[in-house]
This record gives sequence, C-alpha cells and structure tokens, in this order.
Amino acid sequence: MFLKQFSPTPAVSPTIDPVSPLSRRGFMKTSGVFVLAVSLVGRMKAQDKVAGSALTDVAGGDATPSLWISIDPDGTVKITCHRSEMGQQTWTAIGQIVADELDADWKDVKIVQALGHPKYGDQNTDGSRSVRYNFHRLRVAGAAMRSMLTSAAALKWGVSVDDCQAELGYVTRTNSRARLSYGELAQAAGRLEVPAEADVQLKSRDQWRYIGKPIPSLTVPLIVRGQGTFGIDVDRPNMVHAVVARPPQVFGEVDTVDDSQAKAVKGVLQTVRLPKPVAPALFQPLGGIAVVATDTWAAISGRKKLEITWHKGPNAAYNSDTYREQLETTARQPGKVERNRGDALEAIANSDRTLSAEYYVPNLSHSPMEPVVATAEWNGDQLEVWACVQDPQSTRGVLAGFFGISPDNIKVNATWLGGAFGRKSKPDFAVEAAFISREVGRPVKVTWTREDDLQHGYYHAVSAQRFEAALAKNGDCTALLNRVVYPSIGSTFATGVNMAVNWELALGATDIPFNTPNLRTEVGEAEAHVRIGWLRSVTNIQHVFAVQSFAAEMAHAAGRDPKDYLLEMIGASRLIDPKTEGADYPNYDASLVDYPIDTGRLSHVAETVAKMADWGRKLPKGNGLGIAVHRSFVSYVATVIEVKVSPDGSLSIPGIWLAVDAGTVVNTRHAVAQMEGGTIFGLSNALYGEITAKDGAIEQANFPDWRLLRMSEAPEAFEVKIIGSTARAGGLGEPATPLAAPALANAIFAATGKRIRSLPILGPTGSTLNLS
Amino acid sequence: MATTLKINGKKISVDAAEGTPLLWVLRDHLKMTGTKFGCGVGQCGACTVHLDGNPVRSCQLPHDRLGEVAITTIEGNEGKAATAIREAWIAADVPQCGYCQSGQIMSATALIAQNASPSDEDIDAAMNGNLCRCATYLSIRRGIKDAAKSLA
Repeated sequence: MFLKQFSPTPAVSPTIDPVSPLSRRGFMKTSGVFVLAVSLVGRMKAQDKVAGSALTDVAGGDATPSLWISIDPDGTVKITCHRSEMGQQTWTAIGQIVADELDADWKDVKIVQALGHPKYGDQNTDGSRSVRYNFHRLRVAGAAMRSMLTSAAALKWGVSVDDCQAELGYVTRTNSRARLSYGELAQAAGRLEVPAEADVQLKSRDQWRYIGKPIPSLTVPLIVRGQGTFGIDVDRPNMVHAVVARPPQVFGEVDTVDDSQAKAVKGVLQTVRLPKPVAPALFQPLGGIAVVATDTWAAISGRKKLEITWHKGPNAAYNSDTYREQLETTARQPGKVERNRGDALEAIANSDRTLSAEYYVPNLSHSPMEPVVATAEWNGDQLEVWACVQDPQSTRGVLAGFFGISPDNIKVNATWLGGAFGRKSKPDFAVEAAFISREVGRPVKVTWTREDDLQHGYYHAVSAQRFEAALAKNGDCTALLNRVVYPSIGSTFATGVNMAVNWELALGATDIPFNTPNLRTEVGEAEAHVRIGWLRSVTNIQHVFAVQSFAAEMAHAAGRDPKDYLLEMIGASRLIDPKTEGADYPNYDASLVDYPIDTGRLSHVAETVAKMADWGRKLPKGNGLGIAVHRSFVSYVATVIEVKVSPDGSLSIPGIWLAVDAGTVVNTRHAVAQMEGGTIFGLSNALYGEITAKDGAIEQANFPDWRLLRMSEAPEAFEVKIIGSTARAGGLGEPATPLAAPALANAIFAATGKRIRSLPILGPTGSTLNLS
Repeated sequence: MATTLKINGKKISVDAAEGTPLLWVLRDHLKMTGTKFGCGVGQCGACTVHLDGNPVRSCQLPHDRLGEVAITTIEGNEGKAATAIREAWIAADVPQCGYCQSGQIMSATALIAQNASPSDEDIDAAMNGNLCRCATYLSIRRGIKDAAKSLA
C-alpha cells in the first residue's frame, strides 16, 4: 500500500498515455457498439474548454462515461473494472455503483477487466480503498451516461427531457407507453455532449437500487464451475513453463551452476540465468537460474536436478533468534519521538505505580492460495504480460523501467487473483516472466511453487514493542509510552532506511486514540535482512496487538473491567489530529476533514459489540471474552472473541462478535464476508504464523511448516453488525484483521490468567497453550 | 508413452512424462485449469478431484498409475450432490477469491453424496484438508448444511 512513495522510477514515465485523446465527438461507432472514447487527465484540458463538459476533473479522477461504460445494441452493459478482483468482490461493488446511477438492469451487467493504464487513475488495489477512491466518480460516470441516454430518447421523440425517465435499462415517456431500450439508444447517446459535473443529477440515497444492498457476486457463478482465469490459468500459443531456483539469501547470487542433469529431464528445454538484483530490492527479480520446460512438472523436476552453489551475500548473518534479541534491546532504549503530548517520561519516572510490557510479532507470509504466477510474451519490442497483479498500471511502469522501454510498448492484463493480501502488489514475478521470455524467445509462464512463495516473499516485518504506563491511585492511566521497533517497508525501496517511516507508524502507533494526559510514541532503528512488504492491514497487525493488549493489562492492574477501561481510555467523543502533537500523520491518504478520527464512532462500535456479545455474562469455567477496538483504513471495527481453554490447554473459539462502522457500505453481504475472512486471517497468523530465518535463508518450506487455520479450528459462530451510516465510504478488506490477535489474547487472559505477549500463540506444531 | 485416462466420462489419451502428477496433466496437457495448484505436497486440497467418487489430491497421483479409474474434475462435477453444492455456494456467495473453491466443492460434493446429513464433526473431518486463506470456512460450513438440506 501507499506504493507511490516507494515506486521505482521507470526509465520512461508511466504517466504518458499512448492513446490519442479524443474529444467528446470521439465516441466512435464500430459494429453498432457504443465504443469507448478516451480522455485524459492532463491532456484534455484544452479540449475541456471547448467541450465544457468532459468529466475529467471529478474527485477521484476521470468520470467520462465512455471510459467506464459501453452498451451493446442488445442492451448488454459492459462496465470496466480498473481494480483487481481478489475475492473482495470489487467487480460486484464497482458494477453496483455504476449500474445504480445508470439505472441499468443488473442482469444486463458484464464486467470488463481494465488493462493497466494511467487513464483509469489509481489502480493500486490495496489499502482497502477501491470503493473509497472511486465511489463518487463512478456514480458521476453512471449518472452522466443515464442523462445522455435520456436526452437521446427525448431527441428521438421530440419531447422535453423532463418528460423522459430512465429506469432499469429503458427510457420511458410520461403519459405514453413508448419506451426505448438502452441498447437502442446507445449510438445516439454517444453522439451527444457529455454533461458537465454540475449538470449530472446523482440519485438520492433512498433511490439507490443496488448500492447498500446484498447483491450477489458476479464471480461466484463462474467459480463454482472452475471457470474464470486466474494468473496460473493463462495459456498462450507456443507457451513454455518455467520455475526459478532463487538464491536462498536476498542479494545472494549464483556462484557455480551445473545444469546438465536438469537438461536431461524429459521436457526441459533450457536454463536461463537471471540477473542479480542491485540494492534496493524494489521489484527486481532475486536472480538465480530458471528452468524452462514444456510443462510445469518438467520444470519443477528439472529444478531439483540443478547443482548450484551460492554466494550468500550481505544478509547471511540474519538469524531470527538473535535478531529478536536486537529488536528487544533497541525497544528498551530511547528512540526517535514521533508524537508527544505532555511529558510521559517524567510522569512515569515520578509515578508510584507503573506498568510495562513488551510484545513480539514475527515475520509473516501472505501465502495466498494461488502463488504468484505471470506469463509474458514479446513481439519485437512489444511486451504483453498476463498476471495476478494488484496494480497492473504500476506493473507496466516497473517493466518499462527494468527493460528500458516505453510503457507505450507494454500491455499488462490483470487476471483474477487467487488471494493476494499485498503480495501481488509486488510485481517481481512479472519481471521474471518478461526476462525469461525475452531470453527464450517464446511466451513463458513462470509459476512460483509454495516453497518459492514462502521462502522468497516480501514479509510482514518482525517487530518488538515496549509499553510503559503510569497509573494513578484510582487506576487511571496518567501517562503512556509506546516504542516500536521493526524493519521498515521503506528498506525495500531505498537503501539506508533503518527505521519505520511515518505512514507505517500512522497505522496504529501514532494515532493511539487514548485521552491520557501524557503520551509519547517513539521508534527505534532496525536493519532489514529480507524484503519487507505490506500484508493485509500492514503495521496495524503489531501495533494493535500491543496497544489493545496493553490497554487490557492496564485494566487488570487497575482492577477494572477491560471493556469499561478501554472506553474510559478513549474518553469523550471528539476528533483527534495527531499532527497537533507532532506526528507526521497521512491518515490513510485521506483528509482529516473528510475522514476525521472520531472517537465517538470508535466508542460506538466498542459499545455495540459488547452488547452483541452480552459482555459481562457468566461464562463456563475455562471460557473468557476479550475485546479490541481500532480505526484503520478510515473504518472503525470492534471485536469480541470468546475462547474456551480446556484443562489440557487446548483452545477453541465458541464465538466471535464484530461491529463495523465503515461509513457508506456498497455491498452488505460482501462487507460481512470481509469482516469474517479478515478476522480469521488475523487469527490464523496469531495462532500459527511465523516465518523465521537461519543464516539469512527462510526456514519454512511448505504448509506443514507454515501453518494456516483449518476448518476444524474455525470459530463456531460469527456475528457481524454493520453500523448504518451516511458517512463517506471507508475500507473493508483490511480493518478486521488487526483486531483478531489482541481480542484473542485478551480472551485467553480472561479465561486463564495467562498473558500472551509473543506471537504466534501455538506455532506450526502446537496444539495446546502452555498454562504454566 | 501415451496413457489413456477416463476423465469426466471421456477416455482421453495423454502423452506426459512418466510420473507426472494428474494435476499437471489436467492443467498443462489437457488445459483443464479448474483444478488448482496450491502446495504440491497434498496439504492444501486445492487440487482435489474425485477418483470413483472419492476426493483425492491430484498433485499426489502419478497419472500413469491410475488405469481405468473414473476421474471427475470440477469441470465435470455433475449430479444431485454437485448441483446442490453449486446452488448453495451461489445462493450464499460462499467463495471469496475462489481459488481454493474447486477443491472445496469437490470435497463437499463427495461429503454430501455419502452423508445426507453431515454434522459439524463430519464437516470438519471431510473438509480439514482444504485450506482457504480468505478464510471462508463458516460460509463453507453453512453451504454444506444448506446443500444437504436441499436434498433431504
């Protein structure tokens, strides 16, 4: 997420658009289909004056209807989705927004996946912002198209537009049975001026047909038949398959290679040596030897026969156990102050009653069920790539930079993504495919095996955090110090970055919502020795685990109910601006005016979830409730987990309750799915997830070592409440994830008195909690 | 050497290297990509197909040892149980990204074909080999129960 701050600069700027800009008159007729004209932010300015109409400057980007919608003569409404579909149901959500304002019949809607191209504006499908960034402009595009269709009907009938109404794919006429379908009107509508934004009439909320409704997924009917094209399903004529043996250490390299036995494997065609990356890692391939074969299995079999010796390179001394000690030592030293209120150090030094705790979260892997896969094909100096990428547009820029060619010569097709969770916004695998394809002169699909995925990822950062507090006689927190230490994502994109950067800290560390009079947030130094990346909810994972656990620890020290204490810490309803206390706070790339930090909304979800879970009820022996609440991706989530701990220490989860205030929600059904899935994703990591390194190489090889939560370990019940809201749309894909670990840890403490401060709770082979 | 396989009711001749797992024969040789690769070690269930109606991991099956056994993949998953699972999956939007769902559906279809009224424990036992990183487990559990009910 927030990739733009770290994107490598391509040799040729990816913002140059290869498509000739066309004026509003550029709507072309081809085979009777209302074909897309294109218009560009930046390029269209001169023509805007003439047209006075092109919707290129709408908040969120270009809302020109033709960029997003085409209507076939048979009435099929093709809606372009420029975001990547990875299970969050962005096809359905984008379709709902456009179709609602267009007043299309849902059964006529078909989604067209956009190529990566700057004309669509931001295509970076992470940061939980596909709806937030596009809600307004896609409504405008849909409504503008509806207006043009209505005008076309009025012209045809020779009546005022006021006597024409668009509804469910038809325009009807007042006091008449006449009606014209959108398909019949499309060509004529395409010859009309695009209205100006001020002339576009958006529906009122009570007129919404699809927005806010549990509209069924557009992808599921294909999925249940095994249809739909994921990255791994791409096929091209004359295509060959490759897998790559990569250096075990980042910035390691091949010393010697003997590929004779590999080449003797039936189906193996050749090997290709990939270039060694130069620091910083960016999205470069890691180097190594590719085995190219007629099918994937032959490539895998051939790779096993490679005899390679490696130079280990500069990261060979990275060992997770000693690195942990370094992080924890650093967390005990003063760090760089990132936010300050009052004087927490003095208050703690002078307090009769203090509390401190240290928390540890290991490296984590995304491990989407579909590993990363890309297919590339060169035609002269033209490159086309098909890949499960979260951002086909930046992938195009990265490829242009790597190969030193113009992005005009590159087409990037985003397939469906078989899970992504941040891994697939790093297109190193697309560069690998393009490199190998160029070497062998044929289309090449590069498949990452699960071992490749786990051992050569962009890992969630391992972290240590130290918290200190001063408590008053009555138990109130009078001062809070939090100090966070972990290698920065910035280290992947620039050399010399050895400290978490502002936006990483802003995900739960510098935006702690507590009203304690003295508050101090510090960050310490940590060198990266693997590629650090962003994983679903990013640094919120460790920050929220620590903050919400420590709040419960303070409540315990104060002898108070953890939910009540948490609400008291949050305090009265108010808006918080961490910038006034020295924090460099980007607020998820949103303005604090449009998306304030509202403690009233935060408390409300916490109070709501407590009611849902019947907080305070009598529980069976061995059961406990834990609560956590947090704002992330400009949405508010509170979670209560009930855990059952048997006398032998085995865990089960009888129930989870979750309340979410994400402002305006486009699809309630899929919002619930994200809450459930996001929570259990967090639970899986908290219970089992740990990636470790020995001598710089990742130790986990496959699912027996990297453990994911299975059906029998899933919670028995899960209740979600979506708070009704007319506030601006917030994120849904990530905000549930960070609550899982602290809610579970707090529940375990309530059940057993055992405080979890280090993750994972059980690890790859554990089945019981050590209750001693 | 060519091998003849019986897939979705059809005899199909395949010329793949000795020992090539059924998974890669389906995907790379026959272009039947509904069956997915997830781990290659039989731990994730994404590659689940039926052999004579029983769910198995196709990444662990050398294609040239299968003989005449009836192989069913997601593309040919038909019958009352398969239809019921599909309908329940669509009605409740069980999948998220969908990548593991071919395998989930093959396991779930076999379960309700053999057990008209699966308990939670039955579902755990039948589905524990199918990982889902989107974590759709609760939806899958509900979907299986809905599908079983629709057949009752």
